[in-house]
Amino acid sequence: MDLLAIIRIAMRALARNKLRSSLTMLGIIIGVGAVIAMVSVGQGAQQQAQQQIAAMGSNMLFVGAGTVTRGGMRMGWGATKTLIYDDMLAILRECPAVQAAAPGSQSGAQVVFGNDNWATQVNGTEPQYFDIRSWPLAEGSSFTQDDVNMAANVAVIGETVRKNLFGATDPIGQTIRINNLPFKVVGVLTAKGTSAAMGNDQDDTIIVPITTLQKKITGQDWLRWIMVSAISREASYTAQQQITALLRDRHRIRPGSDDDFMVRNLADMADLADQQAQLFTVLLASIASISLIVGGIGIMNIMLVSVTERTREIGIRMAIGATEGDVQQQFLVEAIVLSLVGGAVGIMVGTGASFLITQTLGWPVLVSPTAIGAAVIFSMAVGIFFGFYPARKAARLDPIEALRYE
Amino acid sequence: MATISQPAVPPITTSDHRVIIQVEDVHKYYDLGETRVHALRGVSVTIQRGEFVAIMGASGSGKSTFMNIMGCLDKPSSGRYLLEGIEVSQLSKKDLAAIRNRKIGFVFQGFNLLSRTTAQENVELPTLYAQVSKEEGQKRAREALELVGLGDRMLHFPSQLSGGQQQRVAVARALVNRPSILLADEPTGNLDSRTSVEIMEVFQKLNDGGLTVVLVTHEADVAQFAKRSIQFRDGKIRRDEPIVNRPVAAEVLKSLPTLED
Ligand SMILES: Nc1ncnc2c1ncn2[C@@H]1O[C@H](COP(=O)(O)OP(=O)(O)O)[C@@H](O)[C@H]1O
Ligand SMILES: [Mg+2]
Repeated sequence: MDLLAIIRIAMRALARNKLRSSLTMLGIIIGVGAVIAMVSVGQGAQQQAQQQIAAMGSNMLFVGAGTVTRGGMRMGWGATKTLIYDDMLAILRECPAVQAAAPGSQSGAQVVFGNDNWATQVNGTEPQYFDIRSWPLAEGSSFTQDDVNMAANVAVIGETVRKNLFGATDPIGQTIRINNLPFKVVGVLTAKGTSAAMGNDQDDTIIVPITTLQKKITGQDWLRWIMVSAISREASYTAQQQITALLRDRHRIRPGSDDDFMVRNLADMADLADQQAQLFTVLLASIASISLIVGGIGIMNIMLVSVTERTREIGIRMAIGATEGDVQQQFLVEAIVLSLVGGAVGIMVGTGASFLITQTLGWPVLVSPTAIGAAVIFSMAVGIFFGFYPARKAARLDPIEALRYE
Repeated sequence: MATISQPAVPPITTSDHRVIIQVEDVHKYYDLGETRVHALRGVSVTIQRGEFVAIMGASGSGKSTFMNIMGCLDKPSSGRYLLEGIEVSQLSKKDLAAIRNRKIGFVFQGFNLLSRTTAQENVELPTLYAQVSKEEGQKRAREALELVGLGDRMLHFPSQLSGGQQQRVAVARALVNRPSILLADEPTGNLDSRTSVEIMEVFQKLNDGGLTVVLVTHEADVAQFAKRSIQFRDGKIRRDEPIVNRPVAAEVLKSLPTLED
């Protein structure tokens, strides 16, 4: 029997039980749709992370206060007190590959304006920070070096903070209270969106002079980080080596001991973000594939029911000359048609869902052709795998007994 | 006619080409746990081309078992069965399927049509398993339906046809691959007496055209239309004799009162 005839017979058999066939396909539709949507989301996240990192300026380096092990406990980065303002000055003075640097520290804070209240993160730094991070202001201006010198109560706010505290009100010149201290808002940052690499909202921040943060909010004089720009993109690796050597020397770290700080250049960060996004993609896709397997079990279940129901038909076909192979093929093709049609609908559903999700997150839409190809192959494989046993069962029926089946 | 691969065992020849079925000392047992049912206890029979044989006997006498073996749906436990000189008991399942498809036409008591499938498509079914083109299959199905007098019912579903019409569709299906022999196991068992005669008329017509027909029945009224009667009892042939004075079904029909169709 030719394949076209077999497919036609399979289609008709499936069309005979439309509701049942659709419900069976639903499992595959959801499975394939989920896989495609999840892979697209993962890949969108990956691309978004890369774009954001590239936007930071390709010659940027991040120096963080390092991890330390205390009493067997590993503390997170920023747990040491050894990174200080003088380290930044030394970096500027002694590392020729470094162009600019901005010190930084941070603290969680409760911010109030009028009746509105917002919990956010306050970062203390110096004005060159905005240049190093290539982060322009949307309104107003940055605070100045004078503000830093005087530890002035001035603040630049992120878009999320603006939205939550001010709504339609113009924030420039208004006074907000950070941990109960009054601060004048001098500028609003342009929106950067969710960091796909770190998964946090970068606009949910307030930036104040570092001196103000240290003296009036945290009472700590050490730094959590230093943001550095190298003289060129190529120089960022040299800068990384120079900074590492300098800080090891200044912190008197013996050869063989671990750094009490970390220096990351952008390439590292891009790699890290890539790794994270890939892990994320694989994780999402594996969870989604479970539903594909569940869908396959649904197909097997309905095919087994179908074989039992159609025992007599199988007997008739065998009596008039169908071989075991013909019968097996017929049921296998039915299972494959179920899973492939389900797969095709699943691709549409998955693509639609990918658009919706990425649009909501403001990420680039990436419906991966690989994911679609994989979905087609995978759903066909599911059909073959889960259709094989019922088809085998049908083919093994004894024609005389099948004919006698009521 | 499609070829069927020849078995390794050299066929016993009957130089006589007119012999179509040759059964020699066939036994069939069914093992049911501890007991063994001996359904056929040494059956030997020779059927020639163009014969019209009625197999009779009480229920349980082994008629269906014998038909299933002749129809290559089942294999004998021992003994030989030659169909057109080919020893079929040695063939593979695939070869048996090919024989059922092309050499044998089978008609059952329960019609065994596919529901929700038109008469035309039911009749076409065996051509799907033969190397026959779609167009050729459709043409043959039409011809077969016309032959059994259902040329105007091709697109009807079995549920829209009377029992007699359904059985004619089944006969057309059995004929579509132009078999050498037509086997019918109680084809009139579910039909009233007039419709039974109608089916016998079709069989007589086919037999007159040269087709070999073997039919099982336990009704003497039906068996009388055949040319030879074989009586089964307890898995053995009890009597095997020609039928004398056999009536012509078409004539009998004229004398029967017509029913609304
Ligand atoms: N599949 C089977 N398993 C066990 N016994 C069977 C089977 N088929 C037929 N028989 C037995 O074989 C004998 C002959 O049956 P069958 O050929 O169907 O008789 P008939 O068609 O003449 O009524 C009966 O005793 C029946 O019970
Ligand atoms: Mg019987």
